[in-house]
Amino acid sequence: MTAVQDAPEVAKEIGRDRRRKEDQRLITGRTRWTDNITLPGMLHLAMVRSPFAHATITSIDTSAAKAATNVVDVVTGEDLGEAQGVLINAWPITPDQKAPTHLPVATGRVAFAGEIVAVVVARTAAEARDAAELVDVEYDVLPAALDLRESAEDTVLAHPDLGTNKSALWVFDSNEAGTGGDVEAAIAEARADGIVLEREYRQQRLIPAFMEPRSTVVDPTGEQLTVWSATQIPHILRFALAATTGIPESKLRVIAPDVGGGFGGKLQTTPEEWITVAVARRVGRPVKYTETRSESLMAAHHGRDQWQRLTLAADREGNVKALKVDLLADLGAYVSLVGGGVPVLGAFMFNAIYKFPAYRFAVQTVLTNKTWTDAYRGAGRPEATFAIERLMDELAAELGVDPLEVRERNWIKHEEFPFTTVAGLEYDSGNYEAATARAKEMFGYDELRAEQRRRRDSGDPVQLGIGVSTFTEMCGLAPSRVLGSLDYGAGGWEHASVRMLATGTVEVVTGASAHGQGHETAFSQIVADRLGVPFEDVEVLHGDTQVAHKGLDTYGSRSLVVGGEALVKATDKVVEKAKVVAAHLLEASADDLEFGGGRFTVRGTDQGMAIQEIASAVFAAHDLPDGMEPSLDSDATYDPVNFNYPHGTHLCAMEVDTETGALTMRKYVCVDDIGNVINPLIVAGQVHGGLVQGIAQALWEEAVYDESGTLVSGSFVDYLLPTAADTISFEVDHTTTPSLTNTLGTKGVGEAGTIASTPAVVNAVVDALRPLGVTDVQMPCTPERVWKAINGDGASGGPATEAAAMPHFDPAEPGADSTEGDAR
Amino acid sequence: MIPAAFDYVAPTSVEDALAALAQHGDDAKIIAGGQSLLPVLRMRLNAPEMVIDLGRIESLRGVRDDGDAIVVGAMTPHSVVGSDPLVAQHAALVAKAVEHLADAQVRHRGTFGGALAHADPAGDLGAPALALGAEFVVAGPGGSRTVAADDFFVDLFETAIGEDEILTEVRLPKRTGWGAHYEKFVRVAHQWPIVAVAATVRVEGGVIAEARIGLTNMGSTPLRARAVEEALAGQPATEDAVRAAAEHATEGTNPPSDLNGDADYRRHLARVLTRRAILAAAS
Repeated sequence: MTAVQDAPEVAKEIGRDRRRKEDQRLITGRTRWTDNITLPGMLHLAMVRSPFAHATITSIDTSAAKAATNVVDVVTGEDLGEAQGVLINAWPITPDQKAPTHLPVATGRVAFAGEIVAVVVARTAAEARDAAELVDVEYDVLPAALDLRESAEDTVLAHPDLGTNKSALWVFDSNEAGTGGDVEAAIAEARADGIVLEREYRQQRLIPAFMEPRSTVVDPTGEQLTVWSATQIPHILRFALAATTGIPESKLRVIAPDVGGGFGGKLQTTPEEWITVAVARRVGRPVKYTETRSESLMAAHHGRDQWQRLTLAADREGNVKALKVDLLADLGAYVSLVGGGVPVLGAFMFNAIYKFPAYRFAVQTVLTNKTWTDAYRGAGRPEATFAIERLMDELAAELGVDPLEVRERNWIKHEEFPFTTVAGLEYDSGNYEAATARAKEMFGYDELRAEQRRRRDSGDPVQLGIGVSTFTEMCGLAPSRVLGSLDYGAGGWEHASVRMLATGTVEVVTGASAHGQGHETAFSQIVADRLGVPFEDVEVLHGDTQVAHKGLDTYGSRSLVVGGEALVKATDKVVEKAKVVAAHLLEASADDLEFGGGRFTVRGTDQGMAIQEIASAVFAAHDLPDGMEPSLDSDATYDPVNFNYPHGTHLCAMEVDTETGALTMRKYVCVDDIGNVINPLIVAGQVHGGLVQGIAQALWEEAVYDESGTLVSGSFVDYLLPTAADTISFEVDHTTTPSLTNTLGTKGVGEAGTIASTPAVVNAVVDALRPLGVTDVQMPCTPERVWKAINGDGASGGPATEAAAMPHFDPAEPGADSTEGDAR
Repeated sequence: MIPAAFDYVAPTSVEDALAALAQHGDDAKIIAGGQSLLPVLRMRLNAPEMVIDLGRIESLRGVRDDGDAIVVGAMTPHSVVGSDPLVAQHAALVAKAVEHLADAQVRHRGTFGGALAHADPAGDLGAPALALGAEFVVAGPGGSRTVAADDFFVDLFETAIGEDEILTEVRLPKRTGWGAHYEKFVRVAHQWPIVAVAATVRVEGGVIAEARIGLTNMGSTPLRARAVEEALAGQPATEDAVRAAAEHATEGTNPPSDLNGDADYRRHLARVLTRRAILAAAS
């Protein structure tokens, strides 16, 4: 070695626009999706599902199906008996919560259209499907509880033996909690001398609509029963299977291979998974079930579905004095894995970024005969953000001031952090002024307001609306103690391990379970920086309980802020261990060593060693310090003490064609403060996708049932998902207030766009039409609803959606027999 | 999404296709581009025993000039029709309608004849075909016959094509120099139109000498807005005149109510879109 070797200047990986290393295999599909897995002797399942929302099963005749070609078995719930296990609710929100037993295959009675009543096992998927049509099920149709508000009145019971549809009433009152004042007193005061706004908003039912339909493969032929599933939660799935089927946890291996999206829709333990396990054990052969898109839309869990009654009290200057929230939340037919926990997650967010002195939240969860509901991107926080951001616009209108001004009057100022909110959360950091200032500048706020005035003054048939959403959210689920205090059935920690391989590459194991987020890339960047190894030399392993033996999976924008921090801690332990070896080999005191750019150097000398050389030396173990274990591998499990609070300011300009009700988005600016950014490209993807998903709630998506409880929007013909052709180019920027809850200073970004954008869009629509007397348009803001709002239905938010599908594929329509492609 | 089992033939001539149809009768379905039939089969809304694929009959593909008409082979993909210079020049209304039909994948797989034979009242081609006065050439056991556009669409998903017949080509009378516009109202781009209006007009000296208007999704078949056409004839191509004429757009319509709007809203849309389509076509 000659002279003093300068440490090579290594470009930092954190902050780099790295292309995602997983994308080639994900985008081309040349990878392990669950449905790509084929095992020797594997059998296939097809489900027989109830066409009725509520009915007694009077008989099931499986004989014709059993006699069909290559059918191995046809089973009912009775046939499976206790072996089928039961589906759990992990979050009983109150001790007296009422929850019907949820069997994977219904016995005796079905409680929603799409519920499974029998299962066909055959040699091919096609034969299973054919035979499923031969299963003869007789039903006695029962009255169905469908409408949420009517169901809350117990007019028709979704589960007659429960005696009520009301599952649980969960209440938070700041006065009782000691976090704030008395809501009723504040409202009474405002009624006497101030402003009281009372509004009712609808969160329509949505369908997560991930790209890859759910699929499960079970192999019972090994010592461990192996389950592959297109799930967000392999670890929770393993736990729940062990807890309910009698299979010891140690005899279960669950693998989430590459998973094509989830949005919360795969944060579930599903009847189909339980059935596949039960059937595989019954027939002793590998079994696969992959749902069709129709089954996915009908029977995979839905999201949102709330009525929100809101009372906001303010003084005449627009200082909010109290907020009272009364929710009805539709659980659907069963209390799902998170179930009533979804609206409870929203309970802490209605006060949002504001300093409300008094707050009360109550949610009544309600059982109905519709598809069960659970988490959908944002889970509770979009509902809360929508309500409060709509209300703040209403307050601004009431006062006749700019909606940003009324927000500023009430929001937490940047010098007031850390701030304990009226809901009892401690916001660690934030700067709402900075994000708002930047957003206004990018948006050209004043110019657009001027254009709006011109259009109003000239009576332009195309009006312009400007919508504001200044959101925050709690994410990074997380603090196990807090989750425990809310009666959630699990913790919120995350695990990581780092393995230094003998040849210098690194294996990273994470308990987070990516389903499209880009963990492999982002986590590689963190480890590459921390260890000073090349980005390409880091391999991120996840999703297989045999490899990632501990974990709590991916949801709630937790992977980076919880899992990433676990990774940092594990990596730091590797460096600590390596330092001891380096000191030994370099014959120096550990105190004299510096670590940077992947090298330990002895301060003031030219001596040094790369961490890969140390890994190799530890592998050989020929010359280690006395008593040292020959391993650098390290684990860490991290449980944060607080949630994580991204925030941002979103501004939307919408042109409204008052003649037709058509909406054309003109401009969308968002400035999100998500702390330090690991990979700006991944962040941009999350923000853009999140925005579209939130905009889609505002404008397009709605799961609609007809009066008999049939899902009318049961295909993508009628459940309107947007494509790139329906969106504009968003203008995205960030302000940076590092989070104090993790050492990387990062905040969750997976849900932010979805949470923020919905109210920005609806506020823009209402803002455009307010001079015409419109104060609300119910979501989705269809052109029909907008037009009817303009033409005299302005206060009610417009009509309910007509429950009829477009008839393109409807077999009941005359002439549908001669359906097309058909040149005759 | 697995269809029930079916047999499949892919004849290479119209004669062979007709023979297969004669042999299998009611048990057979004809597949053209398959953009509607395949979802129907996969959702098991229909389970024919035999599927007769016209995809290998070369004579059914292509666009040609035939004197006073442009002839479009039934199996010509939308994308070919949409980019064909003859269509653009002489039947601009069709080119405009195809431009935003469904999405790019459907435009490449779906066919002109298949979509018209499917007779979905929300399909984008029926109204332009009606407005242009297309003629449908249908081959059967006894030879070919021609059906006028006004007689072609019978009911929802039902046309004048006989059980033993196949649509082979569509003749579009040349309307060279006519202005044309297809005004389509959708919530998302790839959706079937909630309502659409196909308008083609011949303007002479600022006066609408002749107008032909078709309506999409305003009844169980595509419809001709004859009352609008009559009200427009001889009128100046001005906003006021067109607005007055467009008020007749809902005469004889019976629009559906569904998730995207009720019948009243559709009637309102028909009037507005008719005005816009005519003004755009005339400009």
